[in-house]
Amino acid sequence: MTSPVTPTADVMAGSVGLVETETVRLFTAAQPLVLVSGATLGPVDVAYETYGRLNADRSNAVFICHALTGDAHAAGWHAGDRHPGWWDNLIGPGRPLDTDRFFVVCANLLGGCQGTTGPSSPHPETGRAYGLDFPLLEVADFVTVHRALLAHLGIERLLAVLGGSLGGMQALQWSLDHPEDLANALIVAASSRLTAQNIAFSAVARRAIMSDRQFRDGQYAAEGTMPAVGLAIARMMAHITYLSEDAFTAKFGRTSQFETRRRGFGIDFAVESYLDHQGTTFLERFDALSYLYLTRVMDYFDPFARPDALAAVEQRPVNHLVLSFDSDWRFSTDHALRITRRLEQARLPVTFREISSAFGHDSFLLADPVYHATLRAFLDRALEVGT
Amino acid sequence: MSAPSPRRGAARPASLRPDLALVSDQIAAGSRVLDLGCGQGDLLRSLMDAKDCTGTGVEIDPDAVLGAIRRGVPVIERDITSVLDDLADRSYDVVVLSRTLQTMLQPATVLAGMARVGERLVVSVPNFGYYRNRFRLLLGRMPMSKEIPYSWYETPNLRFTTLADLEDLFDRLGLRIERRFTYTETGRRLRMYGRLSNWAAGAAVYVLCPIDAGRTRA
Repeated sequence: MTSPVTPTADVMAGSVGLVETETVRLFTAAQPLVLVSGATLGPVDVAYETYGRLNADRSNAVFICHALTGDAHAAGWHAGDRHPGWWDNLIGPGRPLDTDRFFVVCANLLGGCQGTTGPSSPHPETGRAYGLDFPLLEVADFVTVHRALLAHLGIERLLAVLGGSLGGMQALQWSLDHPEDLANALIVAASSRLTAQNIAFSAVARRAIMSDRQFRDGQYAAEGTMPAVGLAIARMMAHITYLSEDAFTAKFGRTSQFETRRRGFGIDFAVESYLDHQGTTFLERFDALSYLYLTRVMDYFDPFARPDALAAVEQRPVNHLVLSFDSDWRFSTDHALRITRRLEQARLPVTFREISSAFGHDSFLLADPVYHATLRAFLDRALEVGT
Repeated sequence: MSAPSPRRGAARPASLRPDLALVSDQIAAGSRVLDLGCGQGDLLRSLMDAKDCTGTGVEIDPDAVLGAIRRGVPVIERDITSVLDDLADRSYDVVVLSRTLQTMLQPATVLAGMARVGERLVVSVPNFGYYRNRFRLLLGRMPMSKEIPYSWYETPNLRFTTLADLEDLFDRLGLRIERRFTYTETGRRLRMYGRLSNWAAGAAVYVLCPIDAGRTRA
């Protein structure tokens, strides 16, 4: 366990070091964001971080798309934090996404709760949180906002877009809709269409939140409450789907939480304590409305359903890397194969690997040697060829 | 069957292994190529660079897959049969299977899948009927040679065939032999016709064309 002080130079070796999240207003009430649904939204602020340096011809930019509960803080350390960014093992000097060579951008999602405008942001007309008046979103809307950020940063074309889980969905959507923006798309542990089981898990999570009496139809902030129980339950359940059965067994087995087991309905087993901790800490960093909105986006994601889905990228091919993990049962290898199949049938360059890992869906956040070697090889080649 | 001299491709990197260079010669510029058992993607990389081809490799050796990725060769890390099942009819101009058929548990299924997916097939195989192999067997020993360098208990080869038996299978599967190139064990081209090469050739490369795309195959 690291101590809760500013990290030392030792801890930061190989890291991008101290970083700060920046925020920019990309859309205003006068010039609002137009969503796929036709609804408009403004103002829209976006929180983002960048690592490394954009080279002279602006050809080394890689955009990181985060997953459901991620944020803009992908790498490095915020002053005073006990942990680095969520993908710090991948991004840094000498790491697969080598910040001595790549310029990395990561932004918090539209609808999120870590600095980018979302359903708990104030409605410009009422001053209160949007709540359930916030418009429903689609993955393509995330891409629209990412593109606006790139325009703001003066980047016309990306070397690559990389994302895991919901992040991979954004990389796929981006490649399909705006292939002129990117040379490579890296799609990890993602899906092009959720299964009934996936949607079912999301449905229970949302029910837990919305049935919490503190939810108050989404106006909990104004009422000074918070659907903590519902959100914690949602997180506990989702977390089970992020790990494999083997990972739970290896980590906890049937170990008791206390030396002398007290049989009851409290926390008897170590795994219960772990889940409880996951639920509780989640409350500190995540918002219930964002959880509702972002999970719903995933449920409806089905980009290949459009008959002309591949027309644009067929005209302007993007190299694709599609990765899955053999123990991932949230988005199993079948999901990755479906994406691979669709891209291959459109005659697009696509590479597929199933990585062997014991840790389930969350493997995409870990530093598995084969996984990282694969990303490194693909990115090194990408940099060699250029944008 | 006639055995004309190979067409010399205009551009062919000298670094390509000789048998792959011959395979490359059989592939027209701009083709879409599926390379089953592509290794580190040498053939596809060369075809992409020198002949403006596109394509996909299939490989199960993890280090080879990584090598192919590093060279920018699209590669699918999956077994050949599963990949073929996923591919659309006639979706590749050429399907290549280099020195891999003998390692397949179901070679007829693989060939039938290739015939469905490709307009043309290029298949290279070692020849179990090579005269030195026959002598080894006469002496009571399993054949071992430059083309078949493994002891029987550790060979990756599951299905041994002579060229004659293989050509019978091609016929049964409705695969017409467009060209056949045969070699000695040292890689020297043989200029001979008919079944004599079944005795003299250590290996062969076939260019095959499915006779009738609609015909049901085994």
